[in-house]
Amino acid sequence: MSMRSALLIAGSILATTSAIAFAAESPNLGRVATPEEIAAWDISIGPDGVGLPPGGGTPRQGEAVYAARCVACHAEKGAGKPNDQLVGGQGSLPGDRPPVKTVGSFWPYATTVFDYVRRAMPYNESKSLSNDELYAVVAYILNLNGIIADNDTMDEQTLPKVKMPNRDGFVTFSRGK
Amino acid sequence: MRKNGSPVSSDRDPVAGNGLLDRRLFLSAGAAALGSALPSKAEELPIEPWMKLPGSPFVGYGQPSKFESKVARTFASLPGTTGTGAARTPHHLLDGMITPNGVHFERSHSGIPDINPDTHRLLIHGLVKRPLIFTLESLERYPRESCIAFLECGGNGQLLYQKEPAPVGVQAIHGLVSCAEWTGVKLSVLLQEAGVDSAAKWILAEGADAAGMSRSIPLAKAMDDALIALYQNGERVRPSNGYPMRLLLPGYEGNMNVKWLRRIKLTEGPMMTKDETSKYTITLPDGKSLQFVFPQEGKSVITQPSPGLTLKGSGLYEISGLAWSGYGKITEVEVSADGGKSWAPAALQPPVLSKALTRFRIPWRWNGLPAVLQSRATDESGYVQPTREKMIAARGTRTIYHSNAITTWAVSDKGEVKHVYA
Repeated sequence: MSMRSALLIAGSILATTSAIAFAAESPNLGRVATPEEIAAWDISIGPDGVGLPPGGGTPRQGEAVYAARCVACHAEKGAGKPNDQLVGGQGSLPGDRPPVKTVGSFWPYATTVFDYVRRAMPYNESKSLSNDELYAVVAYILNLNGIIADNDTMDEQTLPKVKMPNRDGFVTFSRGK
Repeated sequence: MRKNGSPVSSDRDPVAGNGLLDRRLFLSAGAAALGSALPSKAEELPIEPWMKLPGSPFVGYGQPSKFESKVARTFASLPGTTGTGAARTPHHLLDGMITPNGVHFERSHSGIPDINPDTHRLLIHGLVKRPLIFTLESLERYPRESCIAFLECGGNGQLLYQKEPAPVGVQAIHGLVSCAEWTGVKLSVLLQEAGVDSAAKWILAEGADAAGMSRSIPLAKAMDDALIALYQNGERVRPSNGYPMRLLLPGYEGNMNVKWLRRIKLTEGPMMTKDETSKYTITLPDGKSLQFVFPQEGKSVITQPSPGLTLKGSGLYEISGLAWSGYGKITEVEVSADGGKSWAPAALQPPVLSKALTRFRIPWRWNGLPAVLQSRATDESGYVQPTREKMIAARGTRTIYHSNAITTWAVSDKGEVKHVYA
């Protein structure tokens, strides 16, 4: 071994040692979380569908959930008022008239609808819908927007495959462009 | 706004149109002459009761003077809710660069949760070697750092996208920005303890509120200057600002600075949450939307005078305002009193800090005629705050986010101040 490579190895050992020493200086007061603990809190769903729970539902089943839990704020068939409009507006993003941004016209991923409804809706009692109710009510909104058919079932396999109309409508921001 | 009604010596020439004076004027030797007393009616100086009788007792937590009750946030909630919406800072009634905690702006998506700090937990998991759970008590033992930073809602200033100027003032237009000293634990320290997997490129941050507010943030920002803030201006973070802990991402749009932080998940890509797709994206005239617009752009606004603050007679005033940029320090603020025809540099009040509100000031001799006031900020990246016309030429009016155009106040010959477009 040449002197040079010996020095390099010695250097890298030193670097490793000091990295360990540095980490050891950190307070390290976190407790290791168990998979069960994480599962209870990890409610986020990626656009690839990872994190979707078992279960499923159809637009027809979702209509009943919607009537019971959603219609007071979002109106019949997702027409909106007093709160957000969920249906319609497709084709309204460009042009001179104000855009109508709904799940159907604007949201790029169907998984986001499931994620959001599960974490935040119904407003007065979030996280209270069952997984089947969630899939069903998402199916209902997608169906009202003409994105899935009347008999389509939404579940952990089918939901991530739904191609939303505005899926390609987003451009990552870059300053000065 | 200060007024000093004395005549100005003739050698104090304006440095820009309509009476703007040298920013050093109040500091110069000649300033004393400006302050010479008005010939005034004699007034008997009163001996008030509080000069003779003992005052009130101590209290545990102090409140502002009862005479300052109008220094308050204004707020509006979504239909059917009481705490979902936004509350705005009354910048026209404040001075300095720090926003008092009681009037720091708020934006909440499902009210303000009443979190018990003893049971609150922060979970860090996902693409890490060791998923970790932290209690507030354990975080208290970590080394702490402070950062004076502005926070601005991505929707602040959205009224400037309207076709007609909204007949309102600085609180309604720009009240969703505030600035505080935030103190807490560097997020990078906790992430290093968890051991970041090389596949991780983003983090998801999630709140403990009923909306479970969540946003994706580039890992690079999390490892750079992100803070788990526990204190706000020296006291525990207020419930409306994320008690017992919030994420602070200096310079980034407010929505990403997740309040009531309960979970951080390291991921390969963004999770495409509701608030990074259907909201907080900028829809352009062609219908495409800009996504992941993180830092707030360079911006400024005159806070004094502004609508609601009426000038009382011609003479010398100080124009003052706030400037800020999510891309670093403010390097210059210029002020115009003639609707942008001519500009004069304002004095920047130290300290001028990166990604913090910066107070600017400039003396102005108002001649009592109509005037049009504007301010224009430049940041250390060289970016110059655009006119409204230029912002709308670039962005259109199909969005409500990241409005940073020059705001215009028209002063009438009666001294009344109105929001206008120029």
